[in-house]
Amino acid sequence: MANLKAMSFDFRKDVVDMIMSGKGGHIGGDMSILDCLIELYYEQMNVSPENWGDPNRDRFVMSKGHSVEALYTVLGHRGFFSLDECIATFSKFGSPYIGHPNNKIPGIEMNSGSLGHGLPVAVGMALAGRMDKRDYRVYVAMGDGELAEGSVWEGFMSGGHYKLDNLCAILDINNLQISGTTEEVMNHTNIVNQVADFGWHVIECDGHDFASLKAAFDEAKATKGLPSCVILHTTKGYGAKIMENKAGWHHHLPNEEEYKEIVEELMARKEAALNE
Amino acid sequence: MNKVPNRKAICDVLMEKAKTDKDIVVLCSDSRGSASLAPFFVAFPEQSVEVGIAEQDLVGISAGLASAGKKPFAASPACFLSTRSYEQCKVDVAYSRTNVKLIGISGGISYGALGMSHHSAQDIAAMSAIPNMRVYLPSDRFQTAKLIEALLEDQQGAYIRVGRNPVEDVYTEDNCPFEMDKATVVTEGTDVTIVACGEMVYPAKQAAELLAKEGISAEVLDMYCVKPLDKEAIIKSASKTKAVIAVEEHSPFGGLGSMVAQVVGENCPKRVICMALPDAPVITGTSKEVFDYYGLNAEGIAAKAKEAIQA
Ligand SMILES: Cc1ncc(C[n+]2csc(CCOP(=O)(O)OP(=O)(O)O)c2C)c(N)n1
Ligand SMILES: [Mg+2]
Repeated sequence: MANLKAMSFDFRKDVVDMIMSGKGGHIGGDMSILDCLIELYYEQMNVSPENWGDPNRDRFVMSKGHSVEALYTVLGHRGFFSLDECIATFSKFGSPYIGHPNNKIPGIEMNSGSLGHGLPVAVGMALAGRMDKRDYRVYVAMGDGELAEGSVWEGFMSGGHYKLDNLCAILDINNLQISGTTEEVMNHTNIVNQVADFGWHVIECDGHDFASLKAAFDEAKATKGLPSCVILHTTKGYGAKIMENKAGWHHHLPNEEEYKEIVEELMARKEAALNE
Repeated sequence: MNKVPNRKAICDVLMEKAKTDKDIVVLCSDSRGSASLAPFFVAFPEQSVEVGIAEQDLVGISAGLASAGKKPFAASPACFLSTRSYEQCKVDVAYSRTNVKLIGISGGISYGALGMSHHSAQDIAAMSAIPNMRVYLPSDRFQTAKLIEALLEDQQGAYIRVGRNPVEDVYTEDNCPFEMDKATVVTEGTDVTIVACGEMVYPAKQAAELLAKEGISAEVLDMYCVKPLDKEAIIKSASKTKAVIAVEEHSPFGGLGSMVAQVVGENCPKRVICMALPDAPVITGTSKEVFDYYGLNAEGIAAKAKEAIQA
């Protein structure tokens, strides 16, 4: 466990390096979803460069597509492509590594970027798995601001209606979006009940605690007869104080000083995790 | 180099007019920062509505407000406004004839490396195909301000697309000829007609300067009013020149070029070359890199113009 935690801070440095290289990116949401991605790709999902393209592989859809830097980092470390090349060319002229997921890149299932698309697509993937009697699982990650899109709720409705227990929706509840807190921009009165009312098994966890993440996804896997929704309580910008819980850091590009400060703190937190 | 993007010019006009016109309402979908409208939300909280990341709700609410007498300006990235809420634009705005001004920000390929989900290279075609919908792509900040002032005076829906980055001034503060729904003749000429809209007007103007050095006289039309298209201006110019070039930051289908070709073909047939983005996800890059790559710059336009009149 301590290993994943320590590793997550190295991965965060890769995310920051990618954003510095491409001169832009969505740093806040990357940092809140990263630990969940590590848990999925290292502990939970049956998908790797070896079985990529196998119809039985587990599927992941990044509905909050702007957090692509976190996804590239995890996929790169898992060997889907060269992370060095990705960091060097990210968002630059002619690069395949653009600022949102694109399925020309190995490891990426669906193109996204426009919010509110992932859940319906994941419902389709899960339905196909049931039709073809395959036992793969489908995961889809959404942001809390994204929940304002009506299509998300159409997906919750169909997922619940078809009782897709091979489907797991993930909500990155970092309480922030671009214009401020989700509470002031467009509030969700009681997200746990709202999702449960659509026929989903809802599991809450600490999105930065690997034991908590593991328990949540294990419970989702064991849940039969209805889809699961894992609610991640997270901190936007998690990893360094200057970017934590600040709406302005949704897509802030760190300057050199900020970069140094972030990297120092990431490495300090890594040390602490190693010594735990 | 001008530093004021057209979206900021829109905010400035709305801030000024909202002081006295309490029916002006600005709506955003977690987009007030990118729309440069944050100052409006601060200054006029009672005339501002935030809907969250919900573009369909944005346009539906705007239509409801308009039907009750308000003057809503709904601002959201052009890519989402022109696709996600397309049906609301068609049914609730155009069909129901509500006075909603749809402000598509960061239009075309402004979002560069963010990819095709964030590009709106289909919005001219999509919006123009809706009966009752008007479509405007102003070229610079001065024209944008005049257009918004004019739109505040009418009672009909419209879609306005502006880019993200500041663009070079085509006009000046004191010299920005503007007549509603009439193209502006930026440069007069006799050999070739260049019709452009939005961000392509400035490079078209530069192209005319390049051509002038080679003794070719180009007439540049700023067709900010893509719909209703100023057909008379096109016919008048094309009737005296040898060929027509249309330039736009759009897919090659159904945009300004298609419309210009229709008008010229019907009224004064001659060669029309349509310069546009490719029918494909564009190459990764900034707007400038992408425009340069596809020849949507002064040199590229001048080269096409020469080719057109030599053929
Ligand atoms: C349909 C759509 N509307 C608007 C946007 C612009 N946008 C990108 S990220 C974002 C905020 C997302 O907030 P949230 O879902 O909470 O994500 P997170 O906090 O995890 O970054 C917005 C409005 C978009 N990508 N798609
Ligand atoms: Mg959020």
